[in-house]
Amino acid sequence: MTTIDEITTEVQSRFNEIETSQFRNQTRLQVPASQLLEVAQHLRDQHAFDLLVDITCVDYLHYRGATDRFGLVILLANTSESLRITLRVMLNEPDPTVDSLTPLWHGANWLEREVWDMFGIHFEGHPDLRRILLPEEFTTHPLRKDYPLQGFGERHNFPVIRRSEA
Amino acid sequence: MALELPDNVITSKLDELASWCRKNSLWPMPFATACCGIELMATGASRHDLSRFGAEVFRFSPRQCDLMIVAGRVVMKMLPVLQRIWQQMHEPKWCISMGACASTGGVFDTYSVVQGIDRFIPVDMYIPGCPPRPEQLIQGVIDLQDKIQREGTLTGREFSMAQRQEPPRSLVELPVLGSLADARIMNPPR
Repeated sequence: MTTIDEITTEVQSRFNEIETSQFRNQTRLQVPASQLLEVAQHLRDQHAFDLLVDITCVDYLHYRGATDRFGLVILLANTSESLRITLRVMLNEPDPTVDSLTPLWHGANWLEREVWDMFGIHFEGHPDLRRILLPEEFTTHPLRKDYPLQGFGERHNFPVIRRSEA
Repeated sequence: MALELPDNVITSKLDELASWCRKNSLWPMPFATACCGIELMATGASRHDLSRFGAEVFRFSPRQCDLMIVAGRVVMKMLPVLQRIWQQMHEPKWCISMGACASTGGVFDTYSVVQGIDRFIPVDMYIPGCPPRPEQLIQGVIDLQDKIQREGTLTGREFSMAQRQEPPRSLVELPVLGSLADARIMNPPR
Protein backbone atom coordinates (compact mmCIF):
# COMPACT_ATOMS: atom_id res chain seq x y z
CA MET A 1 0.00 0.00 0.00
CA THR A 2 1.63 3.20 -1.12
CA THR A 3 0.60 6.64 -0.06
CA ILE A 4 0.19 9.61 -2.32
CA ASP A 5 3.20 11.29 -0.69
CA GLU A 6 5.48 8.39 -1.57
CA ILE A 7 4.26 8.56 -5.14
CA THR A 8 4.88 12.28 -5.47
CA THR A 9 8.35 11.91 -3.95
CA GLU A 10 9.18 9.12 -6.35
CA VAL A 11 7.86 11.07 -9.35
CA GLN A 12 9.79 14.17 -8.30
CA SER A 13 13.01 12.22 -7.94
CA ARG A 14 12.57 10.71 -11.39
CA PHE A 15 11.47 13.83 -13.26
CA ASN A 16 12.92 17.22 -12.46
CA GLU A 17 10.95 20.46 -12.91
CA ILE A 18 7.87 18.99 -11.27
CA GLU A 19 6.31 21.08 -8.53
CA THR A 20 3.85 19.65 -6.06
CA SER A 21 1.22 21.39 -4.01
CA GLN A 22 -1.61 20.38 -1.75
CA PHE A 23 -5.13 21.70 -1.39
CA ARG A 24 -7.59 20.09 1.03
CA ASN A 25 -5.67 16.80 0.96
CA GLN A 26 -5.66 16.75 -2.82
CA THR A 27 -2.23 16.54 -4.41
CA ARG A 28 -1.29 18.40 -7.55
CA LEU A 29 1.71 17.91 -9.77
CA GLN A 30 2.59 20.83 -12.01
CA VAL A 31 4.22 19.30 -15.07
CA PRO A 32 5.96 21.01 -18.00
CA ALA A 33 4.09 20.45 -21.24
CA SER A 34 7.05 18.60 -22.77
CA GLN A 35 7.06 16.00 -19.98
CA LEU A 36 3.32 15.40 -19.68
CA LEU A 37 3.15 12.20 -21.71
CA GLU A 38 6.10 10.62 -19.87
CA VAL A 39 4.80 11.54 -16.44
CA ALA A 40 1.31 10.30 -17.25
CA GLN A 41 2.67 7.03 -18.62
CA HIS A 42 4.85 6.60 -15.53
CA LEU A 43 1.87 7.20 -13.24
CA ARG A 44 -0.27 4.78 -15.20
CA ASP A 45 2.27 1.97 -15.51
CA GLN A 46 4.25 2.23 -12.26
CA HIS A 47 1.65 3.58 -9.86
CA ALA A 48 -1.52 2.06 -11.31
CA PHE A 49 -3.38 5.27 -12.02
CA ASP A 50 -5.61 3.35 -14.37
CA LEU A 51 -8.56 5.76 -14.62
CA LEU A 52 -8.55 9.09 -16.42
CA VAL A 53 -11.29 10.96 -14.59
CA ASP A 54 -11.37 14.24 -16.44
CA ILE A 55 -9.47 16.68 -18.59
CA THR A 56 -10.46 20.31 -18.39
CA CYS A 57 -8.89 23.72 -18.55
CA VAL A 58 -8.85 27.12 -16.86
CA ASP A 59 -8.21 30.42 -18.61
CA TYR A 60 -6.18 32.68 -16.29
CA LEU A 61 -6.47 35.82 -18.41
CA HIS A 62 -6.83 38.85 -16.07
CA TYR A 63 -6.49 36.52 -13.08
CA ARG A 64 -4.76 38.15 -10.14
CA GLY A 65 -1.15 37.03 -9.85
CA ALA A 66 -1.32 34.60 -12.75
CA THR A 67 1.75 34.25 -14.93
CA ASP A 68 0.49 31.72 -17.46
CA ARG A 69 -2.55 31.92 -19.71
CA PHE A 70 -4.07 28.43 -19.63
CA GLY A 71 -3.99 25.81 -16.91
CA LEU A 72 -4.78 22.36 -18.21
CA VAL A 73 -6.21 20.11 -15.50
CA ILE A 74 -5.90 16.33 -15.70
CA LEU A 75 -7.49 14.24 -12.97
CA LEU A 76 -6.26 10.67 -12.49
CA ALA A 77 -7.43 7.94 -10.15
CA ASN A 78 -5.95 4.71 -8.90
CA THR A 79 -9.01 2.52 -8.55
CA SER A 80 -7.31 -0.36 -6.73
CA GLU A 81 -5.89 1.76 -3.90
CA SER A 82 -8.34 4.67 -4.05
CA LEU A 83 -5.77 7.34 -4.78
CA ARG A 84 -6.31 10.49 -6.75
CA ILE A 85 -3.87 12.91 -8.28
CA THR A 86 -4.16 16.09 -10.33
CA LEU A 87 -1.78 17.05 -13.09
CA ARG A 88 -1.51 20.71 -14.03
CA VAL A 89 0.06 21.84 -17.28
CA MET A 90 0.49 25.57 -17.81
CA LEU A 91 0.23 26.66 -21.45
CA ASN A 92 0.68 29.98 -23.16
CA GLU A 93 -0.24 31.71 -26.36
CA PRO A 94 0.40 31.86 -29.21
CA ASP A 95 0.92 28.12 -29.27
CA PRO A 96 -1.03 26.30 -26.53
CA THR A 97 0.01 22.81 -27.57
CA VAL A 98 0.41 19.70 -25.48
CA ASP A 99 0.76 16.00 -26.15
CA SER A 100 -2.47 14.04 -26.39
CA LEU A 101 -3.18 11.41 -23.77
CA THR A 102 -5.21 9.22 -26.13
CA PRO A 103 -2.35 6.68 -26.50
CA LEU A 104 -2.61 6.04 -22.75
CA TRP A 105 -6.34 6.34 -22.13
CA HIS A 106 -8.88 6.08 -24.94
CA GLY A 107 -11.26 8.08 -22.79
CA ALA A 108 -9.12 11.14 -23.40
CA ASN A 109 -10.43 11.38 -26.94
CA TRP A 110 -13.68 13.23 -26.33
CA LEU A 111 -12.37 15.09 -23.28
CA GLU A 112 -9.57 16.59 -25.33
CA ARG A 113 -11.96 17.40 -28.13
CA GLU A 114 -14.07 19.36 -25.66
CA VAL A 115 -11.04 21.27 -24.35
CA TRP A 116 -10.07 22.03 -27.93
CA ASP A 117 -13.60 23.17 -28.70
CA MET A 118 -13.95 25.46 -25.71
CA PHE A 119 -10.38 26.71 -25.14
CA GLY A 120 -8.47 26.08 -28.35
CA ILE A 121 -5.79 23.92 -26.74
CA HIS A 122 -4.14 21.89 -29.48
CA PHE A 123 -3.46 18.26 -28.61
CA GLU A 124 -0.53 16.85 -30.54
CA GLY A 125 -1.15 13.29 -31.71
CA HIS A 126 -4.90 13.29 -31.16
CA PRO A 127 -6.49 10.98 -33.75
CA ASP A 128 -9.54 13.14 -34.49
CA LEU A 129 -9.29 16.68 -33.12
CA ARG A 130 -12.61 18.13 -34.23
CA ARG A 131 -15.16 20.26 -32.41
CA ILE A 132 -17.44 18.15 -30.27
CA LEU A 133 -20.15 20.50 -28.96
CA LEU A 134 -20.22 23.56 -31.19
CA PRO A 135 -21.03 23.54 -34.90
CA GLU A 136 -18.14 23.02 -37.30
CA GLU A 137 -18.45 26.52 -38.72
CA PHE A 138 -17.71 28.13 -35.34
CA THR A 139 -14.41 29.99 -35.58
CA THR A 140 -13.65 30.84 -31.95
CA HIS A 141 -13.30 29.14 -28.59
CA PRO A 142 -16.03 30.53 -26.36
CA LEU A 143 -14.78 29.64 -22.87
CA ARG A 144 -11.72 31.83 -23.32
CA LYS A 145 -11.98 34.90 -21.16
CA ASP A 146 -11.47 37.29 -24.05
CA TYR A 147 -14.57 35.95 -25.79
CA PRO A 148 -17.56 38.20 -25.04
CA LEU A 149 -20.36 36.57 -23.07
CA GLN A 150 -22.90 37.31 -25.77
CA GLY A 151 -20.67 36.18 -28.57
CA PHE A 152 -19.86 37.81 -31.86
CA GLY A 153 -23.42 37.46 -33.19
CA GLU A 154 -23.26 33.76 -33.98
CA ARG A 155 -26.68 33.33 -32.40
CA HIS A 156 -28.25 35.61 -34.98
CA ASN A 157 -26.57 34.35 -38.09
CA PHE A 158 -29.53 32.43 -39.47
CA PRO A 159 -32.07 32.89 -42.24
CA VAL A 160 -35.53 34.17 -41.26
CA ILE A 161 -38.47 31.95 -42.16
CA ARG A 162 -41.51 34.06 -43.06
CA ARG A 163 -45.06 32.82 -43.34
CA SER A 164 -44.93 32.56 -47.11
CA GLU A 165 -41.74 30.49 -47.12
CA ALA A 166 -43.08 27.79 -44.87
CA MET B 1 -91.37 35.32 -50.25
CA ALA B 2 -89.16 34.29 -47.30
CA LEU B 3 -87.24 31.06 -47.59
CA GLU B 4 -88.25 28.68 -44.85
CA LEU B 5 -85.38 26.71 -43.31
CA PRO B 6 -85.91 23.67 -41.13
CA ASP B 7 -85.14 24.08 -37.43
CA ASN B 8 -81.97 21.97 -37.55
CA VAL B 9 -80.22 24.16 -40.13
CA ILE B 10 -78.07 27.15 -39.26
CA THR B 11 -76.44 29.60 -41.63
CA SER B 12 -72.87 30.79 -41.40
CA LYS B 13 -69.96 31.92 -43.51
CA LEU B 14 -67.68 29.31 -45.04
CA ASP B 15 -64.65 30.99 -43.45
CA GLU B 16 -66.19 30.76 -40.00
CA LEU B 17 -67.10 27.13 -40.50
CA ALA B 18 -63.55 26.29 -41.55
CA SER B 19 -62.11 28.18 -38.58
CA TRP B 20 -64.53 26.48 -36.21
CA CYS B 21 -63.39 23.09 -37.45
CA ARG B 22 -59.73 24.00 -37.25
CA LYS B 23 -59.71 25.60 -33.83
CA ASN B 24 -61.31 22.64 -32.12
CA SER B 25 -58.88 20.06 -33.41
CA LEU B 26 -55.44 21.55 -32.96
CA TRP B 27 -52.71 18.92 -33.15
CA PRO B 28 -49.70 20.14 -31.19
CA MET B 29 -46.12 19.46 -32.18
CA PRO B 30 -44.22 19.45 -28.87
CA PHE B 31 -40.84 21.10 -29.40
CA ALA B 32 -39.84 20.70 -25.77
CA THR B 33 -36.19 21.48 -25.00
CA ALA B 34 -36.21 22.48 -21.33
CA CYS B 35 -38.29 22.72 -18.16
CA CYS B 36 -41.23 24.24 -20.06
CA GLY B 37 -41.52 20.83 -21.68
CA ILE B 38 -42.33 19.32 -18.29
CA GLU B 39 -45.21 21.76 -17.88
CA LEU B 40 -46.25 20.99 -21.45
CA MET B 41 -46.42 17.29 -20.58
CA ALA B 42 -48.36 18.08 -17.42
CA THR B 43 -50.82 20.07 -19.52
CA GLY B 44 -51.45 17.09 -21.71
CA ALA B 45 -51.77 14.70 -18.78
CA SER B 46 -54.97 13.82 -16.98
CA ARG B 47 -54.97 16.45 -14.23
CA HIS B 48 -54.99 19.48 -16.50
CA ASP B 49 -56.26 17.60 -19.54
CA LEU B 50 -55.71 19.62 -22.68
CA SER B 51 -58.16 17.32 -24.45
CA ARG B 52 -60.99 19.37 -22.97
CA PHE B 53 -60.02 21.96 -25.58
CA GLY B 54 -59.52 19.56 -28.43
CA ALA B 55 -55.73 19.81 -28.53
CA GLU B 56 -54.58 16.64 -26.84
CA VAL B 57 -53.20 14.75 -29.82
CA PHE B 58 -49.48 15.37 -29.46
CA ARG B 59 -47.72 14.00 -32.49
CA PHE B 60 -43.97 13.80 -32.89
CA SER B 61 -44.14 13.95 -36.65
CA PRO B 62 -44.43 17.48 -38.04
CA ARG B 63 -46.43 16.17 -40.97
CA GLN B 64 -49.31 15.36 -38.65
CA CYS B 65 -49.34 18.59 -36.66
CA ASP B 66 -50.64 22.09 -37.09
CA LEU B 67 -49.64 23.76 -33.81
CA MET B 68 -46.00 24.02 -32.86
CA ILE B 69 -45.44 24.61 -29.16
CA VAL B 70 -41.83 25.70 -28.61
CA ALA B 71 -41.23 24.99 -24.93
CA GLY B 72 -37.77 25.91 -23.75
CA ARG B 73 -34.62 27.65 -24.86
CA VAL B 74 -33.42 27.13 -28.41
CA VAL B 75 -29.67 27.20 -29.00
CA MET B 76 -27.98 28.06 -32.24
CA LYS B 77 -27.34 24.40 -32.98
CA MET B 78 -31.03 23.57 -32.55
CA LEU B 79 -32.45 26.48 -34.54
CA PRO B 80 -31.96 24.93 -38.01
CA VAL B 81 -33.83 21.87 -36.72
CA LEU B 82 -36.63 24.06 -35.43
CA GLN B 83 -36.91 25.86 -38.75
CA ARG B 84 -36.91 22.61 -40.66
CA ILE B 85 -39.66 21.13 -38.50
CA TRP B 86 -41.68 24.30 -38.92
CA GLN B 87 -41.31 24.11 -42.68
CA GLN B 88 -42.37 20.47 -42.69
CA MET B 89 -45.67 21.19 -40.99
CA HIS B 90 -48.72 21.57 -43.19
CA GLU B 91 -50.72 24.75 -43.62
CA PRO B 92 -52.68 26.09 -41.88
CA LYS B 93 -50.34 26.07 -38.91
CA TRP B 94 -49.74 28.13 -35.84
CA CYS B 95 -46.92 28.57 -33.36
CA ILE B 96 -46.99 29.11 -29.61
CA SER B 97 -43.82 30.42 -27.99
CA MET B 98 -44.07 29.02 -24.49
CA GLY B 99 -42.13 30.62 -21.66
CA ALA B 100 -39.54 33.32 -21.26
CA CYS B 101 -36.68 31.47 -22.98
CA ALA B 102 -38.49 30.67 -26.20
CA SER B 103 -39.92 34.20 -26.37
CA THR B 104 -36.86 36.27 -25.44
CA GLY B 105 -33.97 34.01 -24.50
CA GLY B 106 -34.84 34.50 -20.84
CA VAL B 107 -31.88 34.70 -18.48
CA PHE B 108 -29.68 32.93 -21.03
CA ASP B 109 -28.20 36.00 -22.71
CA THR B 110 -25.20 34.03 -23.95
CA TYR B 111 -23.42 33.39 -27.20
CA SER B 112 -25.28 30.21 -28.07
CA VAL B 113 -28.90 30.89 -27.05
CA VAL B 114 -31.25 32.39 -29.61
CA GLN B 115 -32.82 35.53 -28.16
CA GLY B 116 -36.40 34.76 -29.08
CA ILE B 117 -37.59 32.31 -31.70
CA ASP B 118 -39.75 35.00 -33.29
CA ARG B 119 -36.58 36.36 -34.86
CA PHE B 120 -36.49 33.34 -37.15
CA ILE B 121 -39.95 31.78 -37.37
CA PRO B 122 -43.45 33.32 -37.16
CA VAL B 123 -45.09 33.19 -33.73
CA ASP B 124 -48.83 33.56 -33.07
CA MET B 125 -49.01 33.47 -29.29
CA TYR B 126 -46.50 34.20 -26.54
CA ILE B 127 -46.93 32.71 -23.09
CA PRO B 128 -44.97 34.41 -20.28
CA GLY B 129 -43.65 32.53 -17.29
CA CYS B 130 -40.58 30.62 -16.20
CA PRO B 131 -41.95 28.05 -16.71
CA PRO B 132 -45.65 28.89 -17.26
CA ARG B 133 -48.18 26.91 -15.27
CA PRO B 134 -50.35 24.50 -17.26
CA GLU B 135 -53.26 26.89 -16.71
CA GLN B 136 -51.32 29.56 -18.58
CA LEU B 137 -50.67 27.22 -21.48
CA ILE B 138 -54.35 26.28 -21.57
CA GLN B 139 -55.24 29.98 -21.57
CA GLY B 140 -52.81 30.43 -24.44
CA VAL B 141 -54.46 27.64 -26.41
CA ILE B 142 -57.91 29.14 -25.73
CA ASP B 143 -56.71 32.56 -26.85
CA LEU B 144 -55.25 31.00 -29.98
CA GLN B 145 -58.60 29.34 -30.64
CA ASP B 146 -60.25 32.75 -30.32
CA LYS B 147 -57.73 34.21 -32.71
CA ILE B 148 -58.32 31.42 -35.24
CA GLN B 149 -62.08 31.93 -35.01
CA ARG B 150 -61.79 35.69 -35.32
CA GLU B 151 -59.24 35.95 -38.12
CA GLY B 152 -59.27 32.58 -39.84
CA THR B 153 -60.22 32.20 -43.46
CA LEU B 154 -60.71 29.18 -45.65
CA THR B 155 -57.83 30.17 -47.94
CA GLY B 156 -55.46 31.40 -45.23
CA ARG B 157 -55.50 35.06 -46.26
CA GLU B 158 -54.80 36.08 -42.66
CA PHE B 159 -51.31 34.57 -42.82
CA SER B 160 -50.15 36.80 -45.63
CA MET B 161 -51.67 39.74 -43.75
CA ALA B 162 -49.69 38.75 -40.67
CA GLN B 163 -46.49 38.52 -42.69
CA ARG B 164 -46.85 42.13 -43.86
CA GLN B 165 -47.10 43.21 -40.23
CA GLU B 166 -44.07 41.28 -39.03
CA PRO B 167 -41.14 43.53 -38.19
CA PRO B 168 -37.78 42.43 -39.59
CA ARG B 169 -36.33 41.53 -36.23
CA SER B 170 -33.66 38.97 -36.89
CA LEU B 171 -30.80 41.35 -37.58
CA VAL B 172 -31.48 43.53 -34.56
CA GLU B 173 -28.75 42.52 -32.14
CA LEU B 174 -29.14 43.27 -28.46
CA PRO B 175 -26.63 45.65 -26.85
CA VAL B 176 -23.57 43.75 -25.75
CA LEU B 177 -22.68 44.02 -22.09
CA GLY B 178 -19.01 44.19 -21.21
CA SER B 179 -16.29 45.51 -23.43
CA LEU B 180 -15.77 44.37 -26.97
CA ALA B 181 -12.43 46.16 -27.03
CA ASP B 182 -10.38 43.27 -25.69
CA ALA B 183 -12.49 40.75 -27.56
CA ARG B 184 -10.96 39.44 -30.71
CA ILE B 185 -11.51 36.53 -33.03
CA MET B 186 -9.16 33.69 -32.34
CA ASN B 187 -7.13 32.09 -35.04
CA PRO B 188 -8.93 29.26 -36.79
CA PRO B 189 -7.78 25.74 -36.03
CA ARG B 190 -4.58 24.61 -37.67
